[in-house]
Amino acid sequence: MSDIFPKWTNRLPVWLIIGAVLVTGVSVAGVTYYFTNKYTNVGYQPVQPVPFSHTIHSGQLGIDCRYCHNGVEKSWYSNVPASSTCMNCHNQVLKDDPKLTLVRNSYSNNVPIAWTQIHKTPDYVYFNHSVHVNRGVSCVHCHGQVNKMDEVRHDKPLSMSFCLDCHRNPAEKIRPPEQVYNLDWKAPPGFAQRDGAKFVHDWKVNASQNCSACHR
Amino acid sequence: MRYFVLGLTLVSALVVSVLGFRGDISRKPPLEIFSDMDRQPKLRPQEPNALLPNGLSSQLLVDGTVARGTPFAATPKNTGRVSGVTNFVENLPLKVTPQLLSRGRDRYAISCLPCHGAQGDGNGITKKIGAMAVVASLHDSRIVKLPDGELFYVISEGRNLMGGYKANVTIEDRWAIVAYLRALQRSRLAFEDELSAAERAQLK
Repeated sequence: MSDIFPKWTNRLPVWLIIGAVLVTGVSVAGVTYYFTNKYTNVGYQPVQPVPFSHTIHSGQLGIDCRYCHNGVEKSWYSNVPASSTCMNCHNQVLKDDPKLTLVRNSYSNNVPIAWTQIHKTPDYVYFNHSVHVNRGVSCVHCHGQVNKMDEVRHDKPLSMSFCLDCHRNPAEKIRPPEQVYNLDWKAPPGFAQRDGAKFVHDWKVNASQNCSACHR
Repeated sequence: MRYFVLGLTLVSALVVSVLGFRGDISRKPPLEIFSDMDRQPKLRPQEPNALLPNGLSSQLLVDGTVARGTPFAATPKNTGRVSGVTNFVENLPLKVTPQLLSRGRDRYAISCLPCHGAQGDGNGITKKIGAMAVVASLHDSRIVKLPDGELFYVISEGRNLMGGYKANVTIEDRWAIVAYLRALQRSRLAFEDELSAAERAQLK
């Protein structure tokens, strides 16, 4: 009697199992790697209408972040400056430079410059800038070293787990108020355990993990 | 089996070559894979707004109006002038406290220091890089003699080549800067009775 199934079919179940494990493994790895803000958002660097360089203004000239983003300590959002703020200096500095034509036109015609927003939390997230910067959380934690970026790019994932990492252990990221806008500041060893924990206690930092802290 | 593994490797390589790696620079806006309610038809500050003809979500003030909560009364604190007349107030209308002075130093460092320099002598960054020809030294007797109210007014509205800072610095902070500026000026000034006899002799 001839074989209904040839001999190689004996190994078929093993092959199927190995194949399924491989396909599943590779798919899971792919989803884990790609279906996250670490892939989708980090590295987003749109071309802006005016080639403004934070490296020059913040890094080299040492202008404080709040010269332009002056609402950050009072408001839930950190404002992009009006063209009048640019013109405080650029009415004299590079005052005929073609790169600044858009700024001059915006200033004289009272029409804002259409900057492209890079850091965009979902609309159901209510992130408040002022409570963070006023309690020793630096710009650098969420925006990276902007003072070293010629063109600003999305540097941190800003995903929910990114927020929670800090909210679960705020002492790790908190710094003295006078260093909040110093993006080059590095905490000395042991700072988080000693001073960070003290700040959290003294300033009554309530890094809530309640849903309604951010979602309303 | 061999072909299967080869195929899987090829597919993976293809996916990686198309999608790239985490952190790669991209000029295109982020993909929102599950975009459930990420973008809602509501306005956030400084976003474009298709509803109104000028396209702004934060509208400009109509002439002759103020935003809610904005101080508008013509008091010395809001204008720097004596109520009812155009004369500038001689002295700060706020109580000068150590807190006000340190707030002033803080705000001075943000908004004034780039041009006027940490010492107020006009040797800020803009002078150093040769970008601005004229920056006033705040120790100039011309400026030292200005009334407090006029300093407040100049910070608010600007003067000569300097722009106004009323949109960027709050009223309290502008007064705090005035207070700190007075302290800065005092650091380079002395009354005659503070001098030693020898120094006084040199004066004459």
